[in-house]
Amino acid sequence: MTEKTVRLIARLDVKGENLIKGVHLEGLRVIGDPPEYAKRYYEQGADELIYLDIVASLYGRSNLVDIVRRTAHDVFVPMTVGGGIRAIEDVDTLLRAGADKVAINTAAVRRPDLISEVSKRYGAQCMVLSIEAKRQSPGKWEVYTDCGRERSGVDAIEWAQRGVELGAGEILLTSIDQEGTRKGFDTHLVGAITEVVGVPVICSGGYGQPEHLSQAVGEGADAIAFADVLHYGRITLKDLRDIAKASGIRVRSV
Amino acid sequence: MIQKKIAVVDYGIGNLYSVRRALESCGAEHITVTSAAEDILSADKVILPGVGAFADGMKGLKEKNLIEPIIEYARSGKTILGICLGMQLLATVSEELGLHQGLNLISGRVVPIPTETEKGKIRKIPYIGWTNLIEPRANAWERSLLNGLGNNDWVYLVHSFHVQPETESDLLATYDFDGYAVTAAVRTENIYGYQFHPEKSGAVGLRLVQCFLDA
Repeated sequence: MTEKTVRLIARLDVKGENLIKGVHLEGLRVIGDPPEYAKRYYEQGADELIYLDIVASLYGRSNLVDIVRRTAHDVFVPMTVGGGIRAIEDVDTLLRAGADKVAINTAAVRRPDLISEVSKRYGAQCMVLSIEAKRQSPGKWEVYTDCGRERSGVDAIEWAQRGVELGAGEILLTSIDQEGTRKGFDTHLVGAITEVVGVPVICSGGYGQPEHLSQAVGEGADAIAFADVLHYGRITLKDLRDIAKASGIRVRSV
Repeated sequence: MIQKKIAVVDYGIGNLYSVRRALESCGAEHITVTSAAEDILSADKVILPGVGAFADGMKGLKEKNLIEPIIEYARSGKTILGICLGMQLLATVSEELGLHQGLNLISGRVVPIPTETEKGKIRKIPYIGWTNLIEPRANAWERSLLNGLGNNDWVYLVHSFHVQPETESDLLATYDFDGYAVTAAVRTENIYGYQFHPEKSGAVGLRLVQCFLDA
């Protein structure tokens, strides 16, 4: 009997043609050329990459397809891509460009059937439900859309369950409260979601210290996404892999 | 050296760009991503990729009139490699969303991974992630495309169903999922199926792509 293998994921938020980083999904700063960073993380041993176009659902289509294609030229690990996906045709385009899965938030909240459509056509494993959640009261979180800008009135735990029923094969769970703070993940949120869904959960937002890793995994996270700590060179994926191993977390040997 | 002709079967689904890029980065030059029977029949090696549901995959092959050409190619003795759904399509029959006939190039059945362990623990399905491969018998990898693979070589896969070959010797690799041996690779002579994605398995994956090209 083996324990689960936890995935270490590099998350790259993009705006237009740039890799950017904010705090609480706001206050954006330009970091650089996304495929260049993606390649670096691939070479450092990232288990997966996540691209999220953080303004696409506000302003329409983006440079994302080009970024994905340029990245897939040199990167041979799975890529999840999200931001601005509204219809099954957007999914077709991104997968043809080299994406393996899509992450959908806003359009799924507005039209939940989109989850089923993607899942039916490409399989549940391709349909990642992206949930951006903000704490309301102890044990309660609200789903936000349009990159943390709009309240949806939807309860995050109920939405996660519904999303999986509709065909989501994985959940990308971002805590708006913790995102970019380096103060640790919202472990209560991770625990609350992993308890109610039977699909893998990617925990995103807040990594700062080695103990944050084991806290998230202890609450049931199947994968951890890292963003600004990587972009600002505070730590490498190799370091994170060593930290995970030292904390007794099973990870891929690279 | 005369470059071998590689055909990647295009029947409307799958991340074909990554498959092509992986082949190119291993030095392959004559790659055709194709849905033309003559390209498949004249190729030296064929890759059958694919993601999604089994029935849709078979439907895609049928609509493009590719079922017969693929079977004819495989019977010629040249190497064919099915990846992910492409591997499952090589089997006799699948239980995914009803019963569906496959290409029957490898005798076997596509069945769901059990969602519960013997101790009643829930397995998270689909399996998404990396795993190290297990050689099911001593020397099973010798004289196969997995020759040289070690216990510390990890590959990426994502699936809810897997192939159970009828003949034990067709089982080429497994991995352990909470106490259950899941099929990761099958083989009948020149016909190979990988449940994992060599084109998404980093350096290890590219090494396996190289083995496929060099064989």
